[in-house]
Amino acid sequence: MRARKFVAILACSGLSLWSAQVAVAQQDDSASAAELRAELEQLKLDYEQRLARLEARLAAMESAPAAPAPATGGSALSDKAFNPAISLILDGKYGHFSNAEGLRDLPGFQLGGESGSFNNGLILGESELNLQANVDDKFFAAATIAFESDGDESGAAVEEAYLQTLALPDGFAIKAGRFYSGIGYLNGIHSHGTGFADDPLPYRAFFNGRLADTGIQASWTAPTLLYAQFGVEALSGNSFPAAGAANSGVGTRTAFAKFGGDFNVSNSWLASLSYVDSNVSQRSSGGTAEESGIDPLFGGDSSSWIASLVWKWAPYGNPRDRNFRFTAEYLDRQEDGVLDLDGVTGTYSGDQSGYYLEGVYRFHPQWSAGLRYDTLDADNRVFGLGTPTVLDDNRETPKRLSAMVDFWNSEFSILRLQYNHDDSSLNRDRQWVLQYIMSMGAHGGHSF
Amino acid sequence: MRSLLLALVPLLTLASVPVHAAVEIFACEPEWAALADEIGGDKVSTFSATTAFQDAHFIQARPSLLARVRRADLVFCTGANLEIGWLPVLLRQAANAAVAPGSNGFLDASQSVRLLDVPTSADRAEGDIHPNGNPHFQLDPRNLPHIAATLTERLQRLDSGNAAYYDERLAAFNARWTKALANWSTKAENLAGMQVIVHHSAWVYLEDWLGIREVGQMEPKPGLPPTASHLAGLLDVVQTSDVKAFLRASYQNPKAASWLMDRTDIPDIVIPHTVGATDEASDLYAWFDDIINRLLEVNR
Repeated sequence: MRARKFVAILACSGLSLWSAQVAVAQQDDSASAAELRAELEQLKLDYEQRLARLEARLAAMESAPAAPAPATGGSALSDKAFNPAISLILDGKYGHFSNAEGLRDLPGFQLGGESGSFNNGLILGESELNLQANVDDKFFAAATIAFESDGDESGAAVEEAYLQTLALPDGFAIKAGRFYSGIGYLNGIHSHGTGFADDPLPYRAFFNGRLADTGIQASWTAPTLLYAQFGVEALSGNSFPAAGAANSGVGTRTAFAKFGGDFNVSNSWLASLSYVDSNVSQRSSGGTAEESGIDPLFGGDSSSWIASLVWKWAPYGNPRDRNFRFTAEYLDRQEDGVLDLDGVTGTYSGDQSGYYLEGVYRFHPQWSAGLRYDTLDADNRVFGLGTPTVLDDNRETPKRLSAMVDFWNSEFSILRLQYNHDDSSLNRDRQWVLQYIMSMGAHGGHSF
Repeated sequence: MRSLLLALVPLLTLASVPVHAAVEIFACEPEWAALADEIGGDKVSTFSATTAFQDAHFIQARPSLLARVRRADLVFCTGANLEIGWLPVLLRQAANAAVAPGSNGFLDASQSVRLLDVPTSADRAEGDIHPNGNPHFQLDPRNLPHIAATLTERLQRLDSGNAAYYDERLAAFNARWTKALANWSTKAENLAGMQVIVHHSAWVYLEDWLGIREVGQMEPKPGLPPTASHLAGLLDVVQTSDVKAFLRASYQNPKAASWLMDRTDIPDIVIPHTVGATDEASDLYAWFDDIINRLLEVNR
């Protein structure tokens, strides 16, 4: 066996090594010449065996039955085949709310600039252009540009633009650029891919919709039958809740662990635990609080925990005709630091939490209906400012109940009607939303 | 120098021993898992991502599948966009470079066969079409030896130590399959010209092989659910032709077929589209035996 392996090495490493070996052999006595002869014999035998195997395969192929001409279909390559997969998602909404605009702040929460609240009337939601492709054998890259229109103003924003490694060994992967953080469950899903027309309150309050930032992510997937993925991220901290890149541009750090599997052929689950730590500097409510309260600047530390659970049922693993999805996420945030109100400083310590429960049932290949309950709770302590601010929780617990029904003409076009019974701000709001989502072009699969 | 080379031998021997004892194969559909077992024998361990009761077009990229792809040495799938809704997600998220498309660890069976129904244009107004051609080619048994040969070559690259073993298994499979094919052809002679209405355009390869004529589909357009008006139109087709059966796969909703059955005296039959789709279709050979038996039963 050893000798055979030796010969195999010789064959592989080519003629130079072979001749060197011969030279060495010639200097040796006749004993090693005999050894060499034995090796040559072995080499011959080796080749004979390979030849025999090839003959066997040839014979096997000849005995194979007559069949259609091979390899003409498959994926015929053309220049076009190298184009990135392009998709355009059009998301439009019509809202009819019982409350006037501007009263949709959440008591006790300093909100980010575009925290997902929308207005009466017709609006263009986040319509998105997405391009993605494998760059080469080592990298995958994707970019999502969101188009938004609000009154007279319209503009485009980079939602995501990142690369991801494809060829790191042992289950490691690196993501770099601007991307949706891997924390939680909903955070990785674009707004048009969720079951409702708006985001649950905790995501709106804690992450301004989603935690999306520029940075780097490292993850590792375990080689186990139980799905287990672990990841860490270093992000610039330019995005809410950090707002204002602190610590030399690494203002937010996250860590997450995800586990998942099947209970049986019809039931699957995914659970995760995530942690976000941000250094906050000069954070204000990005405009939403202007009308309703005094908005000091916050600087300090903000850290959040997220526990997520997803359970999906699809009869015999076929989600198409009927399926049910239950999602629950609990978020808890601790904020400590200093407030600044036009030169007057105070201290702030916030203990905030929120959760949402959501169930969406597809009862027909083209129809689904869902219910969602989301709520927040803030226990904030503010000292030294001498005046009430948006951080005063007033012992209010924002909450909301939503119901929706949607019609899928195909998986590419969705029409949705949603009702929110909204007790999240000071006055109860009854909100009706009509939404369309149209997906054109390449339609990659969805994550679980 | 020689002793140095000899010292390398045990090291190289160690390095060439794969981490897993057997080649772990992630097959997208049961028929490829069965074929992988046929060729790989006890040198491989196979897992089928879907069961015979699942529609391989519409599968969720479940965590359990991610975990399986992460561990796989070979991902063996139909290709031709059949798994477009979930396989690319699995491949990207599972962080397993060994099975990336283009590598030895990724086998797209559609590359080894000639595809039928290749559309001249791709427009979603035409339904859920497959731009590369119809991906249900497992239903022409003449395709399997070509795929088996490609699989054997891949297994030999991944597990060169057992190359001879795989050759022997391939030769044995080909010999037995050739005989079986001849038997099926003889047995199915009378099926040529038989007229059927199908649920989904999933049977073109079977029809091509046996000379069966498809005169209608219950789906108004591929991938779109049957509608009442379209089914009513099929009743007219039944009037003007000699339809022997309504064909559907085990995962397809029986409602449309039973609606038609109630209004005609034509039977609705489940044809196993893969191994395990019926009790009788217990392996690759029994699968095609059962297809032919079931067709003969209604073709009287």
